[in-house]
Amino acid sequence: MNVLVCVKQVPDMESKFTVSSDGLWYDQSDLTYKINEYDEYAVEEAVRLKEKLGDVTITVLSIGPDRVKEAIRKALALGADKGAHIKDDEAHLKDPFQIATIIANYAKDKNFDIIFTGMQSEDRGSAQVGALVAEMLGMNCVTTIVDFEYADGKVNVKRELEGGIKAKVTAKLPVVLTCQLGLNTVRYPTLPNIMKAKRKELKEFDVSEFLNVDPKVITLKAFVPEKKKGGIVLEGAPDEIADKLINILKEKAII
Amino acid sequence: MKLLLVGEYKNGNIDDSFYELVAFAGKLGAEAVAFFVAPTDIKPEFNGKVYVADVEKAKEYNPKVHRDLILKVAEKENPDYIVLSHSSYGWDLAPRIAYKWDAGQISEIVDVDNDGFVVPFCNAKLRRLLKPNTGKAVLTLQSGAFAPAKEGSASVETIDVDVADEGLEFTGFEVVEKGGVDLTKAEIIVSAGRGVGKKENIEIVEKLAKVLGAELGASRPVVDAGWLPQERQVGTTGQTVAPKLYVACGISGAIQHLAGMKKSNFIVAINKDKDAPISEVADVFVVADLLEFVPVLTEKLSS
Repeated sequence: MNVLVCVKQVPDMESKFTVSSDGLWYDQSDLTYKINEYDEYAVEEAVRLKEKLGDVTITVLSIGPDRVKEAIRKALALGADKGAHIKDDEAHLKDPFQIATIIANYAKDKNFDIIFTGMQSEDRGSAQVGALVAEMLGMNCVTTIVDFEYADGKVNVKRELEGGIKAKVTAKLPVVLTCQLGLNTVRYPTLPNIMKAKRKELKEFDVSEFLNVDPKVITLKAFVPEKKKGGIVLEGAPDEIADKLINILKEKAII
Repeated sequence: MKLLLVGEYKNGNIDDSFYELVAFAGKLGAEAVAFFVAPTDIKPEFNGKVYVADVEKAKEYNPKVHRDLILKVAEKENPDYIVLSHSSYGWDLAPRIAYKWDAGQISEIVDVDNDGFVVPFCNAKLRRLLKPNTGKAVLTLQSGAFAPAKEGSASVETIDVDVADEGLEFTGFEVVEKGGVDLTKAEIIVSAGRGVGKKENIEIVEKLAKVLGAELGASRPVVDAGWLPQERQVGTTGQTVAPKLYVACGISGAIQHLAGMKKSNFIVAINKDKDAPISEVADVFVVADLLEFVPVLTEKLSS
């Protein structure tokens, strides 16, 4: 079986974000990067499938500047077989339609049976790319999965709806699956696997090989939102602010 | 301008999110028609035309079928925008419609500006103003961003379900079993988030809940990690609560969590990250490491 996992490298969301000098994105310097959390579940699920079936080749793809090679190496250390880095220093300025086109053009002659990716990225959060790739490649697609099982050429998945309800869906291959948080428990890469990952194939492509469309959405500007509500902010020694908090709650007759 | 609003029919009712789409159309000053996959006798409180595809035939989940039915209505009505909620239904369906309709998509709109549409990014710490580069576009709206507008009565027209998809089969729903915990009845809820760091630290938050006579709640990462059961999850995919006091310990405040607790009467957030989006809904924001602060608070409250 031939499996593709698409991962994005994103900053830690607990970082302090400022608008970039071109006014269109966040300033990418001085940030700590990692694999998009949703995509980590995608990598883990692919590796579990390989462990179960044996005859599975997992390719990990990532689009972006050179730093995204770290994300690919991490996925290789988790158990993927080979990497594809589509180099694009301006990836953040592409819209989801362009990103999906790049992936679909890379994948179109490679006969992937399953493409796993996250249901959205932590930074942009458009939740479009997986379903768009499926449309472009004529594959089936189920988004937001929290349960996965492969049997007899089909996948049985559960997709998460609101209010603790899940929809059970069976899909034929080839299929694109977008992963929701909690799909599985992601393993930690072991030191021997990190060493092994360094010797695995990691091919680099230039984005111009795969991008042949204009954006369908244009960014006019990025900005810092105004704070919606001015709550009381307590800072300082735990002992003092605990007293202040208790006083506030007593004044408001909450406790 | 004309919009095609794609409503949702859930658990035997027209989902209230539909009326947020109606409000959005009002805000744009646009004419609107609507589409539902639902029983054919629904009566939305909406002044306009509603196309209904029978849910018995089109099923609750079969995105390619729903997509093609919507495109059929779009061909007839020729809207400028097709609008859905940014929900599990909407974010699944919207890109499929956008691709076949040859249009751009803007996801999770929270506001409208003269020049375009405002969307959050980086866990709502920043916003972007976006504009479709195509004449028409598919739009999804953040749940709760537009106050629902419910008025009038629709003229309903049934449309034939004459499309099929053999690739996917929806085989039913699964509902999370609730144990003895009903967070919606609690007067005080103390919730643990990712900031607790590890399972052993849940106890710190649990002790605070105990002295306050509160129920213990959790954010999604805590449930995903298996530190607390899903029946304690607060948020869109868990329970929606509105207690007298909500104490969020180490919860950054992803939109899905905020949607489940922002109607609480009084909100206290304890977080190291001053920019965490939970600050937007907090009445009191304590900038502190919960592992240091919560034991001190618990100690003072119990004496």
